[in-house]
Amino acid sequence: MSTITLHDTHNNGHHDDHDHGHHEQSFITKYVFSQDHKMIAKQFLITGIVMAVIAMGLSILFRIQLAWPDKSFPILETFLGKWAEGGRIKPDFYLALVTIHGTIMVFFVLTAGLSGTFSNLLIPLQLGVRDMASPFMNMLSYWFFFTACIIMMSSFFIQTGPASAGWTIYPPLSALPKAIPGSGLGMTLWLASMVLFVVSQLMGGINYVSTVLNMRTKGMDLWKMPLTIWAFFLTAILGVLSFPVLVAGVVLLIFDRSFGTSFYLSDIVMGSQVLPNEGGSPILWEHLFWFLGHPEVYIVIMPALGISSEVISVNSRKPIFGYHAMVYSLIGITVLSFIVWGHHMFVTGMNPLLGGVFMITTLIIAVPSAVKTFNYLATLWRGNIRFTPAMLCAIGMVSFFISGGLTGIFLGNASLDINLHDTYFVVAHFHLVMGSAAIFGMLAGVYHWYPKMFGTMMNAKLGYLHFWVTFICAYLVFFPLHFLGLDGVPRRYYAFTEFEFMQKWVTVNIFVTWSAIVAALAQVAFLFNFFYSIFFGKKATQNPWESNTLEWTTPVEHIHGNWPGEIPTVHRWPYDYSKPGAEQDFIPQTVPYSETMLSNMPHDFEGNAESERIQREWDAKNAPEKADVHFH
Amino acid sequence: MAALAVLVTVFANTSAFAQEAAAGAAAAAPKQIDMVPIYKSVAFYTMLFLLLCLFIAIVGKAIRVYELTREAQDKPDSINWNTVNGVIFVLFLIAGLFGVYFEYTVHGHMLLPDAASEHGKKIDSMFNITLILTTIVFIGTHIALFLFSFFYRNTGKRKAYYYPHNNALERIWTIVPALVLTVLVLMGFLTWRSIFYKIEDPNNKPLSIEITSQQFQWTLRYPGADGIVGLKNYKLITGTNGLGMDFKDKNNLDDQNADEMVIPVNKPVRLIITSKDVVHSVYMPHFRVQLNSVPGMTSYFEFTPTITSEEMKTKVNDPAFQYLLYCSKICGSGHYNMKKVIRVVSQAEYEAWVLKQPKFINNDLRKEFNLPLVPDAAAPAAAPADSTATPAKDSSAVAMNKPALKK
Repeated sequence: MSTITLHDTHNNGHHDDHDHGHHEQSFITKYVFSQDHKMIAKQFLITGIVMAVIAMGLSILFRIQLAWPDKSFPILETFLGKWAEGGRIKPDFYLALVTIHGTIMVFFVLTAGLSGTFSNLLIPLQLGVRDMASPFMNMLSYWFFFTACIIMMSSFFIQTGPASAGWTIYPPLSALPKAIPGSGLGMTLWLASMVLFVVSQLMGGINYVSTVLNMRTKGMDLWKMPLTIWAFFLTAILGVLSFPVLVAGVVLLIFDRSFGTSFYLSDIVMGSQVLPNEGGSPILWEHLFWFLGHPEVYIVIMPALGISSEVISVNSRKPIFGYHAMVYSLIGITVLSFIVWGHHMFVTGMNPLLGGVFMITTLIIAVPSAVKTFNYLATLWRGNIRFTPAMLCAIGMVSFFISGGLTGIFLGNASLDINLHDTYFVVAHFHLVMGSAAIFGMLAGVYHWYPKMFGTMMNAKLGYLHFWVTFICAYLVFFPLHFLGLDGVPRRYYAFTEFEFMQKWVTVNIFVTWSAIVAALAQVAFLFNFFYSIFFGKKATQNPWESNTLEWTTPVEHIHGNWPGEIPTVHRWPYDYSKPGAEQDFIPQTVPYSETMLSNMPHDFEGNAESERIQREWDAKNAPEKADVHFH
Repeated sequence: MAALAVLVTVFANTSAFAQEAAAGAAAAAPKQIDMVPIYKSVAFYTMLFLLLCLFIAIVGKAIRVYELTREAQDKPDSINWNTVNGVIFVLFLIAGLFGVYFEYTVHGHMLLPDAASEHGKKIDSMFNITLILTTIVFIGTHIALFLFSFFYRNTGKRKAYYYPHNNALERIWTIVPALVLTVLVLMGFLTWRSIFYKIEDPNNKPLSIEITSQQFQWTLRYPGADGIVGLKNYKLITGTNGLGMDFKDKNNLDDQNADEMVIPVNKPVRLIITSKDVVHSVYMPHFRVQLNSVPGMTSYFEFTPTITSEEMKTKVNDPAFQYLLYCSKICGSGHYNMKKVIRVVSQAEYEAWVLKQPKFINNDLRKEFNLPLVPDAAAPAAAPADSTATPAKDSSAVAMNKPALKK
């Protein structure tokens, strides 16, 4: 592959013979219906941020209800009208809040906002590609996502309110408007929004997979790809294979709701009305939903893991420890994530035999996760760590991944899950491992690639403030919730007032709510930093973090087609940081081995005897001490 | 220098604003009569937050001015942010360890009492093993994470150690977690099987109790003298026949209704779980029992209570203690309020109690199912005389039980 002898500069594979970027674009084609992957990435990111702010606001609303169930907040009535009559949130609306909070966070922020942004931005830039395999489909992907967001939000403006059966919308609750008002028009909008969302994800995913497989620049073989790309690639595969199952489930639910079928419904009596549905089973929905739903949590966390790998390596000034192990563990997670969905269903009444099987597969998936964690720690060890805001967020991500991952060992154990299922323990677990960890991965990505996206730098000090307040508050919010769960407090309870034993947790709830409010306010620091720096931030240099990957070889000013001249050729893996013998502590992927004779190591040549011979001869002549170390 | 001058001016301006704001606040202060409505107003907190933002902006500007001054004096190492962040990581580690200790000891003592069922004890011991293992990993990895962050922060003097991989090390931390997890999986798997695959002891047959969920209540059905819960069909559900019991099945004739779940200690109980409308979940955390109730499907959970309610009251030192059954699967607006009291009693107490429970069958239902009407005194089943209790009598039976609970 990348040997000294193969190095040449005049030929670059793909379609670089016509020059992009010099034709004028109208406002509409540049900023709105853009087909440029960098602009689409920014569209995904900003939409994701807006949705995150909305979902965070919803969470503050229901946290207020949980902390002060008896108090009245007139301001709530001002904004929410009949849903908070007398300044108190109603039970139905409380459930709508938790439902829409979950849906937005999982799908719109951590799936589209995370993968949509960074896959779009980095796949072409880090692989040396002019644009996505299908820029037009990429544009459609964003606009389907945008439409899905609008439809989801529109459900706040209808008479019966938004969907309120929980983000997993288990039928029959979600199928019968009589069971809960939110299962009327609100649920129809939820389902419509979700179908569009999946369309968007599929278009994006197919694009990512085909771009990664077919369009890499010269020299960029799979084992030279940065871990970010590996993560996005495997995430896209997961999405493409699992999202269609959700659509299948959703379509059947739409049939049940609107056309009188009985896929999920059987033996139901609402009040005194006997429903005619027979032969269906709600368990079917649970299987279909979690067949997507579990890969979905890896769709959320894998890009965050990939981003953290890159950020930690760059800012530790060290190669990521165990690159191959990192890739294989990602592959392991990808494969295993398809056969663990049943751990969400241990106590649904499905055959207990399945429970045993799913417990085994679930606990196996902890092994690759553990490998990743230890590899992060080994990467930090004896590093030379620069604490950029991105690096802080990546370390925070690792911390949350550990904390939340460990509680997964409890929940993945079917026997322990009997008492923990659907309690606050679960809430604490997934908010740490896929909520906080993924959000911190996303923030790390934003801080790290902001200069690439906007050509300006974010303010580092404001970034520190934002990180520390958010990091501390996230722990203050989610850590105590484990103990509510261990005391048997179920999730999605509107108030803790009806049970004597829960009242001792109200003070904890007040503490948690205040922490959540402080964490929410800390996001103002991020939002200000983000939007202010777009216009007034310090101008970025071409490679501000002294990173090896290809995106930093593009000019600061965006051009359509990414590189003004030829696409660079790749000669080495992306993690040659602090290599002994090198002049600087980083060697970009574009630097051929012939220019770094002093720092080359035998394994760099991957068994290419000719290159090894040349290197050995050079070493013998120029650096005898090095030759001794490496070749004898 | 020009930029510095501009910044100083900006700084001066902002602090002038701050002084104005402070002055304004000071001026407002003496006039205060009743601050309570102000503390409750949204505007107050908005102002407070804006003030905080202003403060942060001022601090930010001050730091910037300080750094630029140092730079102008050619002393580049003004504030080393790597050290600052590294130190905060160490402080966070110390505070975090204390926080974890606090949580484990304070909140850790507010939890459910020890399991009151046979299988629950196995679950508890497995929970403890898992807790110990995960806590060790949790503390260990976090100490490594934050101390590495501190010790290996950039000081400008070192170069990082080029260490791309070490297969032996990677093998160790693949195999060790795999082995630990294998142990946990095996324990979990065996416990799981022992909970759900029970071999029935012919000498100690389980007591079957049916639980039917609906929005937002539970209905209990005891099997009566024959020990068998009769057939039911949702299509038969009417105002008078809430469960849709098919009274052509004679097993139904002695089935009893109960307001609270009373179960004998040390005798296996087999819950028959069904739902009328949406998915609910039967959650009895003191017994480590949870299973969803799903419309169209019957599920079963067998457990053996080991501690009576009275014993538990002394054990947890709370005379008001009650075993509870409640819903843990989102089921609608009343989800948070679906409670049923469970009472574990001695076999003798149970037998006395169960005789007093009313039967489902009554003359209205007999008419409906074309069964011979029964005059008040002579019940067909070998049940006590009060088995045809009228609704009035039902409530009196319930009323009699309630004071007993409060004791």
